[in-house]
Amino acid sequence: MEIVKADHLSFDYIRRDEEGNVEGITTAVNNVSFTVKKGEFVAILGHNGSGKSTLAKHLNATLYPTEGAVYVEGKDTNDEKNLWDIRETVGMVFQNPDNQIIGQIVEEDVGFGPENLGVPTKEIWERVEESLKAVGMYEYRTKSPNRLSGGQKQRVSIAGVLAMHPSCIVFDEPTAMLDPIGRKEVIRAARALNDVEKITVILITHYMDEIVHADKVIVMDKGSIAMAGTPREIFSQIDKLKELRLDVPQVTMCAHLLKEKGLNIPGTILTNDELIEALKKCR
Amino acid sequence: MSIIVNHVTYRYNAGTAMENTALNDVNIKINDSEFIGLIGHTGSGKSTLVQHLNGLIKPTEGGIYVDGADIWDEGYDLKKLRGEVGLVFQYPEHQLFETDVFTDVCFGPKNLGLSEKEIQLRAYEALKMVGIEDDYFYQSPFDLSGGQKRRVAIAGVLAMKPKVLVLDEPTAGLDPKGRDELLDKLSSIRKETGCTIVLVSHSMEDVANYADRIVVMDKGTVVYDDTPRNVFKHYKELKEMGLGVPQITETMYALKEAGFNVSTDIITIEEAVKEILGC
Repeated sequence: MEIVKADHLSFDYIRRDEEGNVEGITTAVNNVSFTVKKGEFVAILGHNGSGKSTLAKHLNATLYPTEGAVYVEGKDTNDEKNLWDIRETVGMVFQNPDNQIIGQIVEEDVGFGPENLGVPTKEIWERVEESLKAVGMYEYRTKSPNRLSGGQKQRVSIAGVLAMHPSCIVFDEPTAMLDPIGRKEVIRAARALNDVEKITVILITHYMDEIVHADKVIVMDKGSIAMAGTPREIFSQIDKLKELRLDVPQVTMCAHLLKEKGLNIPGTILTNDELIEALKKCR
Repeated sequence: MSIIVNHVTYRYNAGTAMENTALNDVNIKINDSEFIGLIGHTGSGKSTLVQHLNGLIKPTEGGIYVDGADIWDEGYDLKKLRGEVGLVFQYPEHQLFETDVFTDVCFGPKNLGLSEKEIQLRAYEALKMVGIEDDYFYQSPFDLSGGQKRRVAIAGVLAMKPKVLVLDEPTAGLDPKGRDELLDKLSSIRKETGCTIVLVSHSMEDVANYADRIVVMDKGTVVYDDTPRNVFKHYKELKEMGLGVPQITETMYALKEAGFNVSTDIITIEEAVKEILGC
């Protein structure tokens, strides 16, 4: 069953001068169609300015299509009466954790979302507890968010979204500002939500190594879908990815070069374990 | 231009209940035209350290010496120093404000009291250096892509003709190509102008590929200060610090663990390919 469906979605940013006359139109998303099934882990790649974030903002009705339509659990995002349902279904996590945290204490911050939904107090506390546990931040519940590391803050942001019980979370470059351990923590949390809680995850990133476990990868270019497939299908096309200003994980590149040098390595390698298996057979 | 950080300790809110030691007895020497990678987890003191390099903050203890002179001596020209040590903060594009790209880049040199001709010449050169084409000069900086904005903001600092260029995570949020392009540009700027580059980064791959020397910070102290190859030998320690090694180094460790007779002393893909073919 599909949770998100984009149907010939296009979006124009319209620039206006001081009098309000149209100065120019930039088409950020151009005739994009795709579906995300319930429980899937979908990655969206694309260079800066390729339309990824604009696309993401359509998924919880922060932006509305200029043409075409977006459906969340079958509800049209363009229809105002669906707005709150859609925002409850699809949560967003952004790049900078400092812009997403408002509470003085971790648990207060996480409770902010459900409180706004009118959830009864007792249930808010239950949700705060389970959300913080899901991202491994429960022991920090009474701390000030200011004292946390980047990865910890970002996990608090995720717990804040989780406490609203979304079926789907869109992560828009959640690790861009984090140190290596912070990146690992956040990606691990996202994968656990997908595996354990069965939450649909849509992850936008510039780090190729973060998406090798995704079910599906969508590559954007100039507002359109340039490539779509499994990570293995996508990462087998190194030249095309480079043309699109992207890359492959280092281990994939290494295996590719070894193959060019004559080693008998089958297919496309995505992880260290796969490389080990392939090299064992070469011996 | 050489900068010596001599036994520098810095405490935020010194003498209050909120006192917090951000730097603890830090000693480093930054030499002429080096490419230094500065790494450390969030809160390790990297940003506090770089703000000492051009006198934005004053050490609680210890001193900063630039070409042998103590920058906190009375009468030292801090304003001149700030022109010579250029700091590019995180997300520098948020500091763009002018109506067009060219005027924005002129802002720095204008404040140095140069002639109009010199200002424009410097802005032109700086924009060329970062690879911004003439067509964009009179566009609003806000109409550019993320990578372009970032480069315009860096040009604004380059136009000051700094002898030391310090960049705090300049590639955060850029796509892989944009990241490589920016780091290549920094390398070539160093070759052309002979300036020193201090790159604060969370990407182990980037510092392995570009820096001649890596300084590792942890809890306000410098723990390693060595070549990338030697620094990344501290696999276990770096992990414990919340850092790590380049992905490819990780791969070599995994291969070794699985019984392959390979060296783990590898920091680039090219080296890894050679090593695996040789075993």
